[in-house]
Amino acid sequence: MHEMSIAESLIRIVEAEMANHGLRTVQRITIQHGALSTMVPEALDLAFEAMTLGTALEGAVLEYEKVPLSLRCSKCETTFSPEVRSLHFAPCPSCGEEFAHTVLTGKELNIAHIEGDT
Amino acid sequence: MSKTIPVIRNILDANNRLADQLRNVYAENSLLALNLMSSPGAGKTSLLERTLSDLRDELRMAVIEGDLQTDNDARRVAATGAQAVQINTEGGCHLDSSMILEALKQMDLAALDVLFIENVGNLVCPAEFDLGEKAKVTLLSVTEGDDKPEKYPMMFAQSKVLLLNKIDLLPYVDFDLERATRFARALNPEIVVFPVSCRTGEGLEPWYAWLKDAALAERR
Repeated sequence: MHEMSIAESLIRIVEAEMANHGLRTVQRITIQHGALSTMVPEALDLAFEAMTLGTALEGAVLEYEKVPLSLRCSKCETTFSPEVRSLHFAPCPSCGEEFAHTVLTGKELNIAHIEGDT
Repeated sequence: MSKTIPVIRNILDANNRLADQLRNVYAENSLLALNLMSSPGAGKTSLLERTLSDLRDELRMAVIEGDLQTDNDARRVAATGAQAVQINTEGGCHLDSSMILEALKQMDLAALDVLFIENVGNLVCPAEFDLGEKAKVTLLSVTEGDDKPEKYPMMFAQSKVLLLNKIDLLPYVDFDLERATRFARALNPEIVVFPVSCRTGEGLEPWYAWLKDAALAERR
């Protein structure tokens, strides 16, 4: 349950952005999280809600965009996205290599944008 | 007026910036910092006890111990003669860089070659938090099942070293070393795998060789 720490960092970043752009309130925060990320959206919602009660961020909605896992084959350098069900048994569709693929996307944990009123 | 502000920042930015500071501190002191991760009970402290004792005359080592409660592990480590600083996270499921910066204040880094950071026992959360370490070292004990790299991909995808511990118990459990290794390698081109038993000492020599090489590389 490290979503408490994630929520804390998230709130700090959003508060700084609000000050930078003169936002009084925030309605929506969009978060990109990779397929490998260990963040659980429901847990982050809960932590965020608890930590923003009585603040300018109270009631803001977190929206999630999942970034799929994409790999580069260690042998032939083809880029591909394995089926989620077989994340770890991911033979390359072009040469069949199973090992040591490089993770290109799927580890993200980013704020993409925030929407609010000035 | 409604506005949409593009941000595109890693949420754990604050931690990552502290981790960069830590990286500089380690580099200034030619110090090899390792982030040791596993489930509770996989053998992190046993591995440290053995490593600290066996390499006492070759490497100057110290440990930062992360636990929810108690200083049991720090006392076990200190019994080997190495310095151990305990961090109690009071329920926190992982260590972060601010805790490490705090713990370092109690250590003489110039007098060290290797700093082990023993993370909180947990196969999930610690993987997300950079502690500025040179390498993440994950332990998996054979009693936990060979499907763990498949179930907890982030941790194994991030690690440079995987120690498969308690191999003395292999006759009693259904654990396929080859399968665990295959799943760990699927998403991780550079992971080095050492099957070991911290109880019998079997397989520890290759791990020690890796450790000594890595420590030497920091001093160049």
